[in-house]
Amino acid sequence: MLLYLLRRILYAVPIAVAVGFVCFMLVQIAPGDPINAIVPPDAPADVVEQVRKDYGLDKPLPVQFGLWLYKVVQGDLGRSLATGRPVWSDLRSAVGNTLTLALCASLLGFIMGCVLGGLAGLKRGSILDRIATSTAVAGVSVPHYWLGMVMVVIFSVQLNWLPAMGAGPGGSADWAWDWEHIRHLILPMVTLSVIPMGIVTRVVRGLVAEIMNQEFITALRAKGLTNWTIFTHVVKNVAPNALAVMGLQLGYLMGGSILVETVFSWPGTGLLLNSAIFQRDLPVLQGTILVLAMFFVTLNLIVDLVQTALDPRIKRA
Amino acid sequence: MTLRRILLAAALAMPFAVPGLAQAQGTLRIGMTAADIPLTHGQPDQGFEGNRFTGIPLYDALTAWDLSRGDRPTPLTPNLALSWEVDANDKTRWIFRLRPGVKFHDGSDFNADAVVWNVRKVLDREAPHYDPRQVGLTATRMPALRRAEKVDDLTVALITSEPDSFLPINLTNLFMASPTHWQKLREAAPNAEAAWNAFAANPSGTGAFRMTRFVPRERAEYSRNETYWGPKAKLDRVVLLPIPEANARTAALLSGQVDWIEAPAPDSVPQLRQRNMVITQNIQPHFWPWQPCFVGDSPLKDVRVRRALNLAIDRDGLKQLLGGFMEPAVGTVGPNHPWWGNPSFKIRTDKAEARRLLAEAGYGPQRPLNLKVQISASGSGQMQPLPMNEFLQQDLKQVGVNVEFDVVDWNTLFTNWRRGCADPAARGAHATNVSISTMDPFFAMVRFYDSKMAAPVSNNWGMFSDPKFDAMIAEARTTFDPAARDAALARLHAAGVDEALFIWIAHDVSPRAMTQRVKGYVQPQSWFVDLRTVSIQ
Repeated sequence: MLLYLLRRILYAVPIAVAVGFVCFMLVQIAPGDPINAIVPPDAPADVVEQVRKDYGLDKPLPVQFGLWLYKVVQGDLGRSLATGRPVWSDLRSAVGNTLTLALCASLLGFIMGCVLGGLAGLKRGSILDRIATSTAVAGVSVPHYWLGMVMVVIFSVQLNWLPAMGAGPGGSADWAWDWEHIRHLILPMVTLSVIPMGIVTRVVRGLVAEIMNQEFITALRAKGLTNWTIFTHVVKNVAPNALAVMGLQLGYLMGGSILVETVFSWPGTGLLLNSAIFQRDLPVLQGTILVLAMFFVTLNLIVDLVQTALDPRIKRA
Repeated sequence: MTLRRILLAAALAMPFAVPGLAQAQGTLRIGMTAADIPLTHGQPDQGFEGNRFTGIPLYDALTAWDLSRGDRPTPLTPNLALSWEVDANDKTRWIFRLRPGVKFHDGSDFNADAVVWNVRKVLDREAPHYDPRQVGLTATRMPALRRAEKVDDLTVALITSEPDSFLPINLTNLFMASPTHWQKLREAAPNAEAAWNAFAANPSGTGAFRMTRFVPRERAEYSRNETYWGPKAKLDRVVLLPIPEANARTAALLSGQVDWIEAPAPDSVPQLRQRNMVITQNIQPHFWPWQPCFVGDSPLKDVRVRRALNLAIDRDGLKQLLGGFMEPAVGTVGPNHPWWGNPSFKIRTDKAEARRLLAEAGYGPQRPLNLKVQISASGSGQMQPLPMNEFLQQDLKQVGVNVEFDVVDWNTLFTNWRRGCADPAARGAHATNVSISTMDPFFAMVRFYDSKMAAPVSNNWGMFSDPKFDAMIAEARTTFDPAARDAALARLHAAGVDEALFIWIAHDVSPRAMTQRVKGYVQPQSWFVDLRTVSIQ
């Protein structure tokens, strides 16, 4: 297991370099000019060139990439072109906010998905199955930003029960797990949970249905085991695959939903990426993509390890 | 657009009249269109929304716009400088006399040393506090200023590279930050850049408000400056919230999370009115044009074609499309502006005359005029470029003009703007669609009409060149009596309209929505507002 862990960690190094290279080059070849994050559109050419020089944007791309990588390995993601603030300081607070939102949305989505999927799988063909399957299809199909906007109209604008935007009455800097803050979380959380809920429901339903058809379940029944005991066997067999799906979903949510965070002005990585894209703020884009990619790699590693622990038949060493 | 309609349909189908949330007395909460708090170190980014909310409230400049009335173009007024004049013997040297008794938020004195320090922060690369980030945001708006010299504690000399009568107008963009406060922060910071970042988090200007809380990307909070040198603000506090998505801003206002929003979604206006929100608008020093290309095989080299396009457009129809949120543009400035000048070519809707001019230029059913225009899908100051341009496309079709669009994103559009229409980046476009601020004569006219400003030097994208216009610009820049200068600018403007140097289409009107509780608000003919007069009940 230790060797496996070390090997996976070593694999992450070339992945990080590759991700860094790709995201650096992709944002460079995108149309537009990063200098526009610093100077207004009506700036004369001499001022533009002076600022370009001041920021080192006049250097050849390989040199810029080398300098960026050199700083990154020292833990310095650079400074935002637009604000001058260290990328890490903005990213840290954004990742924290996205983590809060993504974990809560995942938890809600996974619980709902497991319950609906489990019930549907156990009661195949029943009304319950149809309701759960329809809910799952709707969850996967409805654009979540649209759902978010509709929920804002209903619960914020019309009923005035929940806030329409933001991460707390005073912003996310003084976040606390009290009602004043949690009520800001509810709408984006529910909106974001809909897709993982739908996917997990469908996966769990399929897995439960498949396992329930297997011969060992008949054997367990023949041995006179109770339904609850049989259920625990089903859960144990479903868990590794369901967990893999949940891990991927958590990874996607951690990437920050640009649309949902924008609709709710939730100050996470999605909103950060959104403004960085429009401003061509390359250091923020590169730093955010790199950190999120590494988070995804780490999450996959953790899921693989947990899967292996749960099901010793999965041999990866 | 479709989603917005669905959203509004859902909203309108529900009952109304929802009470607002509890709010602190005297606190105004503003939902901005910016995605982040504009820079707070004294030279804001995010266009003029930055100047509006983190420039003027926190800082003062030597000169300012009089924002007290909405029924006239905003005049220039003394601010931290009480008076100014150009040196009679050296037209590149201006003398500014400063307002006595002004203090920065940190308690230090505002004086000539502070002015010299603030000029050096953007123009002197050797200065210890030189900040490249502020150069782009400031130097571009005062292109002739070169340095400042202290004459005495309350007198300063500003030196320009050439005689330039526009300098007092340019100086509205140079905000005065506290040198003492910066120096104190510099002692605890590893370098000047870090000191400026610390300054941005804890700024000190001379403005009517001082910043009390700053959460990057989320909020800035101001309290009233009790030691302000002028009439003090009525509000106790101002909270600025960046809400870039128009529907989210509207929802925040309707749910009582903010009291004031910038640029409500146009199709939400009926709902806002039904909920007793106040919608305000006024003409802005801004215009939304097609800027022609004057070189190569561009059909817009022909003045008859340019005039025909100006006459073919149904601006009232476009205004209707925008729910009334525009003013038809018949020039770079409106007829009530000192720079208007009464041009002989009257821009109006006259499709018959447009057809006649096109026929005279050799275009008609057998030989239709084909135009390519580079546009963006969105962008700061761009209003609603896609539906507006599609409207123009349909409108011009009626006079036999086929318009093809090259849609690029906003960043690309204004990167290309600096490259000119002869550059491959223009991809053969005959016009570009970048909105333009007209507060300053340089930005309103000079950079487009002056042959020396041809791209890539500045924004003369169309490479227009005419010695007559160069001479008129030189005259305006060297006329130092304000009334005579305005007269020279009026002649320049009239000549530009007569030559139809733009296809003038719309002026933005800066719509904003607010609750009935907001009192004392005046919307001037400006990009800016005076928050000192506002109170909340």
